[in-house]
Amino acid sequence: MNTKNIMIVGVGGQGTLLTSRILGGITTKTGYDVKLSEVHGMAQRGGSVVTFVRYGDFVAEPIVEEGQADVLIAFERLEALRYAHFLKKDGVIIVNDQRIDPITVVTGAAQYPENILETLKKDHNVIAVDAMDEARKLGNTKVFNTVIIGVAAKRMDFDKSQWLEVIEATVPPKTVEINKAAFEVGYAI
Amino acid sequence: MSEKKIMLGNEAIARGAYEAGVKVSSAYPGTPSTEISENIVKYPEVYAEWAPNEKVAMEVAIGASISGVRAMASMKMVGVNVASDPLYTAAYIGANGGLVIVAADDPGLYSSQNEQDSRCVARVAQVPVLEPSDSQEAKDFTKLAFEYSEKYDTPVMIRTTTRLAHSQGPVTLEPREEIPDKPYERNVAKNVMMPTQAKARHIHVENRLKKMAEDACSFEINKAVYKDTKIGVITSGIPYTYVAEALPNASVLKLGLIHPLPRRLIEEFASKVETLYIFEELEPLIEEQVKSWGIKCIGKELFTLQGEYSANMLRERVLGEKLDIASPAKVPARPPILCPGCPHRSTYSVLKKLKIHGAGDIGCYTLGAVAPLDVIDTTVCMGASISTLHGMEKAKGKDYIKNWVALIGDSTFLHTGVNSLMNMVYNQSSGTVLILDNSTTGMTGHQDHAATGKMLNGKETKAISLYHLCKAIGVEHVYEVDAFDVDKLEELVKRETARDDTSVIIVCAPCALLKSQATKAKCITVPEKCKKCGMCLVPGCPALTKNEDGTVKIDDTMCNGCGLCMKRCKFDAIERVD
Repeated sequence: MNTKNIMIVGVGGQGTLLTSRILGGITTKTGYDVKLSEVHGMAQRGGSVVTFVRYGDFVAEPIVEEGQADVLIAFERLEALRYAHFLKKDGVIIVNDQRIDPITVVTGAAQYPENILETLKKDHNVIAVDAMDEARKLGNTKVFNTVIIGVAAKRMDFDKSQWLEVIEATVPPKTVEINKAAFEVGYAI
Repeated sequence: MSEKKIMLGNEAIARGAYEAGVKVSSAYPGTPSTEISENIVKYPEVYAEWAPNEKVAMEVAIGASISGVRAMASMKMVGVNVASDPLYTAAYIGANGGLVIVAADDPGLYSSQNEQDSRCVARVAQVPVLEPSDSQEAKDFTKLAFEYSEKYDTPVMIRTTTRLAHSQGPVTLEPREEIPDKPYERNVAKNVMMPTQAKARHIHVENRLKKMAEDACSFEINKAVYKDTKIGVITSGIPYTYVAEALPNASVLKLGLIHPLPRRLIEEFASKVETLYIFEELEPLIEEQVKSWGIKCIGKELFTLQGEYSANMLRERVLGEKLDIASPAKVPARPPILCPGCPHRSTYSVLKKLKIHGAGDIGCYTLGAVAPLDVIDTTVCMGASISTLHGMEKAKGKDYIKNWVALIGDSTFLHTGVNSLMNMVYNQSSGTVLILDNSTTGMTGHQDHAATGKMLNGKETKAISLYHLCKAIGVEHVYEVDAFDVDKLEELVKRETARDDTSVIIVCAPCALLKSQATKAKCITVPEKCKKCGMCLVPGCPALTKNEDGTVKIDDTMCNGCGLCMKRCKFDAIERVD
């Protein structure tokens, strides 16, 4: 299989690393060669963060380069726009419809762009989800990232049961049930 | 079938050391090296510790090696500078038990104050360097490093970069090899580096490198693969993976050992290819040596001395491809900031109000340099806040620093700041030092240190008292204050900066991200009382934003109820709920 390139982008502290662990788990489980690359350290303090996941028969480099992503999973609208040029022409953007103002906007040095989803839809296949709202309905806002994984899973190569097994093996034991429920909500979108 | 596991590069280095029978590991946390120690401590056969700084870690590993066991010290590249004093002489002493130093570089500056290339340090220190390209090699090369160390009687450096350290890939696990301890014999000629002994050992160092360079021509990790010979590339580490993606048909000499270089092998490769490229991030370490041998090659003139490389760089600059990539959207930057509930924000809100300048240091609190806090004026390296403030006072006089303080974290203070404070006391400084004590090493992801009362393995230990340490050095005016007690902090800062003597204010409050600080408390707004004055927004808490009508809203998923915004509101428009 040709290498599939997935990017997960968001704001440091949003839990993008858990998502990359689950994606790493599923790709390894299914026997593909896989490389993941993530950012630790300073950027995790509220900065713009990127995780790359690549899987296929043979994967050399650990990063997804501009113009190469098959799927862009954005935990926040502005971050979706920031990295949209990494997508292939027929790539898919899954965007969590949440706004987190960067400090440059809070201080008035910059404006948060208007109509991000509409801008993205002009050139790309966009699936928007209010994952925070879905997670709130489930009673725990922390599982919003598992909702997003569910949305992404529907558009990827693996069986649903495999995803659920990986989630069970990755999340803290006490949160397995709510994470599975969150996945199901996302998978149905 | 042998077990395969997906591992971070750093986790794979830890695994490699474990499999190689390492017995002692010492380190100071630093991105991108931290996870090596966090993983190696999981193996009960290995003694693993956090040292107060990299020099100490290196010396611990040297001692263990001299005693006859395999030992490792790991650090980020600026830590290599701190450890370079023992490293340079360890090169002369060599190794009894295998001695490995892991240096984690940060091309692209994801979490560092400079973009230095540790390979150059190793070259000047005359220490061999191995550079893996993926997690599997990170494990394999670490094992090899211990072998080479003992075979050639030398410390060996493993050089990684952020992209390797923080990438994951499959690794085949093997069992640990229990290496019997080597006997220790008193050997002054080898282990006591005075001029006479060192002169003799320098001869060994030169001979060892010459022999290793010759042997390296047949090392399996230095491998030439010939395909189309129009393009030949010499590369190593992560850049090799970009070559593998972008130039699958080119001939490639992949170097696993990048110092000393296998000259004959390189000359042979160069003679067989039409155009030779050297593809290495940061300094032209390989390129300059190859050029010095009279070999024609293309390197930095086509690529760059800065940042990370990529496969697209090769496609564009070597293959001349025009890549069809959309231009990036123009969007507001999202730089890192202090977290919601961070005690540093509270401290900085006081300093900003008093128009204090900060001589800064290395840690999360360095983020106080940028808007909207704008408190920190200088940042150099670990421990430098205190000494740079002292230098300013000696240059410009006591009055000049009356509106200055040094700002240093608890872990950084113990790392190298304490030496600078000794200098202040000894040389009669009037400076004021704020130790921002958040009970952890924050930026690197919460590592314990000598003042937290816990060791790397999680076990309890003695906690050094920062208060008594400062007192013992001879600082007469030492005070402790809660970071969120803004009135008391303000009073202390005013009083101590006015004083013509050295003062230390220990500003305490645990990092908001520590598990012990988990809370259900939230701040909420009372919209009808909000006067839209924006005072609560001044310290720049990311949980607070303005509504369209100018009132303020607080994001309940981010807020941890620290109450700083509530204290700043003069109209009781913010309340805390538990």
